Amino acid sequence: MAETGVAETGLLATYRALLGSRVRAQLSYRTSFVADLLANVGTGLSEFATVYVVFSNTDELGGLDVWQACLVFALANITFAVADLLVGHLDLLPEHVRTGTLDAFLLRPLPVLGQLATSEISLKRIGRVGIAVVVFTIAWPQTGIPLDGRAIALLLVAIVGGTAIFSAFFVLAGALQFWLLEGREMVNSITYGSSNAAQYPATLYPAPLRWLFGYVFPAVFVAYLPVLALTGEPGPPGLPSWLGWFSPVAAAVAWALTLLVWRSGVRHYTGTGS
Amino acid sequence: MSALEVTDLVREYVVRSPGASRFRRRRSVVRAVDGLSLRVAPGESVGFIGANGAGKSTTVKLLTGILVPTSGTVRTCGLDPVTHRRDLARRIGVVFGQRSQLWWDLPLSESFRLLAAIHRLPPGVWRPRLDELDDRLGLGEFLATPVRQLSLGQRMRGEVAAALLHSPELLLLDEPTIGLDVLSSERLRQFVRAERAERGTTLLLTTHDMGDVQRLCDRVLVVDHGRAAYDGDLPGLVRRVGARRVLVVDLREPIAPREVPGAELLAVEEDGFRLRYAFSEATTAAAVLTGVSEFADVRDLSVEEPDIADVLRTLYATSVGSAGRSEA
Repeated sequence: MAETGVAETGLLATYRALLGSRVRAQLSYRTSFVADLLANVGTGLSEFATVYVVFSNTDELGGLDVWQACLVFALANITFAVADLLVGHLDLLPEHVRTGTLDAFLLRPLPVLGQLATSEISLKRIGRVGIAVVVFTIAWPQTGIPLDGRAIALLLVAIVGGTAIFSAFFVLAGALQFWLLEGREMVNSITYGSSNAAQYPATLYPAPLRWLFGYVFPAVFVAYLPVLALTGEPGPPGLPSWLGWFSPVAAAVAWALTLLVWRSGVRHYTGTGS
Repeated sequence: MSALEVTDLVREYVVRSPGASRFRRRRSVVRAVDGLSLRVAPGESVGFIGANGAGKSTTVKLLTGILVPTSGTVRTCGLDPVTHRRDLARRIGVVFGQRSQLWWDLPLSESFRLLAAIHRLPPGVWRPRLDELDDRLGLGEFLATPVRQLSLGQRMRGEVAAALLHSPELLLLDEPTIGLDVLSSERLRQFVRAERAERGTTLLLTTHDMGDVQRLCDRVLVVDHGRAAYDGDLPGLVRRVGARRVLVVDLREPIAPREVPGAELLAVEEDGFRLRYAFSEATTAAAVLTGVSEFADVRDLSVEEPDIADVLRTLYATSVGSAGRSEA
């Protein structure tokens, strides 16, 4: 049945109400929220320290200098942390199965994925977004790239596309747990593994890994390729830098496949009821 | 249109158990629901009873679209619950006694606000409805309390109100009174009766509690090994298994007990102040009482209904699953 415009507004209002309740719940435990936030800033800082140490010991690595590497780090972390904030809790799926909240979701007139996505929002991830934004603001002037219309468009495309790519990974990681109920560690290798891969120039990886993170789990689309496109570098073999404009396409493909896996995961659950 | 229409419903589970070697596991198929057929008319109230593992909860999940049938068909409110899960969700209310559908870390009132948003009920509809539910269930005193701090009885009242906020035409209660004290379960039953009397809501109730069935259900469906072992009213079930009721009389003076025609003296208790007589449908409580009054001065009396567990045990022992399979 075709949804009318009014119904769509209603759906948005529903999700806004659900998310709003999560925000209030988190802010009502102020001390623990602040502690979580600081811990996230710490994680972001230590990740940055690793990248910084590696790149400051050499003039150039994988075709990037230290400031360009900072841009890669910043883009990879902004997108990953925003995705984590929005849908990072999907890897808690086995918990929902165990406590029966998944059954409760199935008894409500909303899509299960929409309900799961809005069942939590990890505001503490703002800490990591903050670190990445600071790194970006400091590094950008040093790279000497002009902040023109092209650069702004490319950055917007990269951030939207990258967030969508990482979000798809989180949903995929959740969906796989319909089959692997104890597989949280394993599926984390998709999300956190890709996040790590996205932080470094793909030229550092041997060809098979480069292909894996280029075309299977398209992590290089998130930050590395857009930065190459910004600086005008040609890119490594098999990954031309103009692909940096195409992260939304990579995201669309990732989402299409992820949603297929999700749907068959829900079917598997209602099929087995385990 | 039937509220529920189930035909030859089968649901199997694959159970994997450790096999001979570490990597090979034995696969065995268990039939939780095995050829169940039933039809429930709108406005009926059906008690769905059976031992643990008889297939009750699985059936409720199949009726609501949480589980997909292995074979057979289900129509709930005329809809296929799997393909029309969301449409169906607007028309039914479900309470799983052992699992909460409320937001545990928020005040109870928030759960209602969110459910109203989920069902897209305008404030003009859900606020008066909540007032009405609050009025009858007495939620007011703990509406502002976070759900995780509620007592079981309070939480269950909240769960039932949550399932009814959108005024569903069919209410499915899966063990709603489990773990509740006598007062709380009685209060809940009174509420469900009033709600049904007013709105004509169809009710399907799974329970182990005879009191639930007696107070709430016009019809009883006994499932055993995933099949209907009995479908009819409660007195009929009791007759069918020949279960006996017990007349308990308290006497003013202890007296040497005597046999009463049509009844069996089960026990003499309280130093002879209390006598227990079991009697079947062949006679009546009044006749047994008259018999006792002939030789004793009766101060007080009560009639004990047969224990549902005993009734079921007798039924399973006699039917072995196949007899009395309901015709839809």
